[in-house]
Amino acid sequence: MATQVFKIPESFRKDAKYTFCPGCDHGVAIRLVAECLEELGLTEKAIAACSIGCSVTIYDFLNVDSLEAPHGRALAEATGIKRACPDKFVFTYQGDGDFASIGLAESMHAALRGENLSAICINNTTYGMTGGQLGPTTILGQVTTTSPTGRNLEYYGYPIKIAEHIALCDGTAFSARVSLDTVPNIRKAKEAIKKAFEVQIKGLGFGFVEILSTCPTNWKMTPQKAHERVKNEMMPVFKPGIYKDITAEK
Amino acid sequence: MTATITDKKVLMKGNYAIANAAVLAGCQCYFGYPITPQSEIGEFMSGKMQELGRAYVSAESELAAINMTIGACSTGVKAMTSSSSCAVALMQEGLSYAASDQLPVVLISVMRGGPGLGNIYPSQGDYFQATRGGGNGDYKLIVLAPSTVQECADLTYKAFYLAQKYRNPTVLLADGLLGQMMEPVQFKEYPYPEIDNSDWKLTGAKGRDARIIRSYAPLADNQCVYLEKLFAKYKQIEENETEWEEIGTEDADIVLVSFGSTARNAKTAAKICRQRGLKVGILRPITLFPFPTKRLQELSAKVKMIISVEVNMGQMIQDVKLAVNGKVPVRLIKKPVGAPPSPEEIVSQIEELI
Repeated sequence: MATQVFKIPESFRKDAKYTFCPGCDHGVAIRLVAECLEELGLTEKAIAACSIGCSVTIYDFLNVDSLEAPHGRALAEATGIKRACPDKFVFTYQGDGDFASIGLAESMHAALRGENLSAICINNTTYGMTGGQLGPTTILGQVTTTSPTGRNLEYYGYPIKIAEHIALCDGTAFSARVSLDTVPNIRKAKEAIKKAFEVQIKGLGFGFVEILSTCPTNWKMTPQKAHERVKNEMMPVFKPGIYKDITAEK
Repeated sequence: MTATITDKKVLMKGNYAIANAAVLAGCQCYFGYPITPQSEIGEFMSGKMQELGRAYVSAESELAAINMTIGACSTGVKAMTSSSSCAVALMQEGLSYAASDQLPVVLISVMRGGPGLGNIYPSQGDYFQATRGGGNGDYKLIVLAPSTVQECADLTYKAFYLAQKYRNPTVLLADGLLGQMMEPVQFKEYPYPEIDNSDWKLTGAKGRDARIIRSYAPLADNQCVYLEKLFAKYKQIEENETEWEEIGTEDADIVLVSFGSTARNAKTAAKICRQRGLKVGILRPITLFPFPTKRLQELSAKVKMIISVEVNMGQMIQDVKLAVNGKVPVRLIKKPVGAPPSPEEIVSQIEELI
C-alpha cells in the first residue's frame, strides 16, 4: 500500500522556481512557513511583510499577499498592516542583518509594544545576498569578506543573541531559536513556527522564531559541511531552545 | 481640542485644523514621532483616533512612522504620518518606496529652519525636499502648499483624495507659522468621492492570486517600462491637478510668485505697490508638484519681470526660471529663515529691483 509521506502545501506557488543556492536552508524554512500557514488555515488571510536580502524572495514562493519593506523596516510595515487590519494574519520573514542590525529598533519596538505579529528571522551569520560580509550575528573568529582575519572583539565587538533579547521584551509571547541541521531539529523548528503563529491568532502578543541556517556559498562549504558548521560552531554560541512562551507559563 | 464638523467658524491652530481634517477625511491610521513645530498633530490624533476606535501608534522613529504608514496604506485604508524638516529627512527612504509601490501615503510636513537641526522658526527650506525628494531614484510626490489655516484643512482633504486617486504619496507642505498660528476655520464634510481600490489592496489572497506590492525590479528592461508608466501618471497629474491663485496679473508689469505663509505678505505687498502706481500682480502656486509651469510661461510673454518671494535661500525660483526660460528677468526676494518678510520689506525690495 502506498502512503503519501510528503505533499507540497497549497500555500506554495505552483510556478515557484527554486532560486536559492544548493544547501541553503531558506528552502526548508520557507516550506515550514508554508506548511504552518496551511495547517492553521491562514493562507487566505495572511499578509507578509518581506525584507531585503535573500529572504525577500519568499514572495516568489508563497500564495500570500505580500508587501516588500525597505531594509530593516519589515516589522514597522507589518505593524501598519496589522493595526489597519487586526483580523488578518500578518508575519515577517527576515534575515539577521535585516532583523537585528539595520532593523533592530523596528524589531525590538514591535516586540515591546506587544504587536500581534509573527516574525521569522533567518540567522546565517552573514550578509548572504551581498556576498558574505560580517553581520550582527557573525560569530567570534568567523572569516567574512569584511572580517578577513576573523571577527575579533577589538574591531567588531560581539554578535547579538536575538532570541534571548526578544524574550526580554514584555510584549513578547513566544521567542525561540531553532536549527535546520537535522530532521528532528526541522520538526522542532516547525513546532516553533506554528507556536509563533498561534500566539498571534490568540492575540497574545509578539511571536518570534530565530532559525539557524546555512549559507554554503558564502561560507565556501559543501551543503554537508555547512550543516556540520551549524551544529559545531553556531549551536554552541546560539543555543537552540524556547526562551519565552507565555502559553507554557500559564 | 475636539472639533469635528462645524457649521460655524472656530478659532484653531493650523496643526489642529490639519489633524481634524484628516479625521474627517477618513484617516483610519496615524503613525508619528514628535517634533516641533508639528507635535500638536500627533497629540490631537492620539486622543481622537482612540476615541473613534481607529489606529494610533507612537512610532519609535520617523523611519518606523513612514513605514507603518506604508504598511497601513497597502491594505487600502487611509493612513498618514506627520513630521518636520530634519525628521522628514529620515522618511525619504520610505517616500521613495511608497512612490515606487504606488501607495497613497499622506505626509504632513510642517517646515522649520535647517539645514541640520536648524531651529524651530518657520521656513520654506524644504521646497526641494518635497518637490525633488531626498529619496533615491526617479519619482514625484504630489505637493500641496496651504497659505491659511482654512487651507490647511481644505488641502488635507485634498491630499487624501489625490493620494488615493493617483495612488501616489502626497505631501501637505505647511510651515511652523501655519502650524502654530490661530485663524478661523470651518470644517465641511469630506467633499471628494471615495476611490475604488479593490483591484490592488492587500486583503489576503482569498479566491484570487496573491498580490505582491514590490519595487524590486531585477531586470533593467522591466524597470524601463515601469518608470515610463510611472511618469505617464505624473504627466496626467500635471495636466489635471495643477492649482494656483492669481491676483492682479491681467495688466501686471511685475508678477510675484510666492507660496504658503509667505504668499500672504506678498499679496499685501502687491496691493501696496498698486497703491503706489506699480502694476504688480501675484501668482501663488497651491500645488508645488505639479507646478503651474504653463501659466508662468504665458505670463512671462507679457510681463517685464517675475520675482520669486521665499523664506529660504531661493529654491522655488529654480522652477520659476525653468518656466520662464529666459524670456524676462527672474529675481529673488528672500529671507533665509523665520517669519516671512513683511509687506513693507517686500515692497522696498521690489522698488530696488526695478
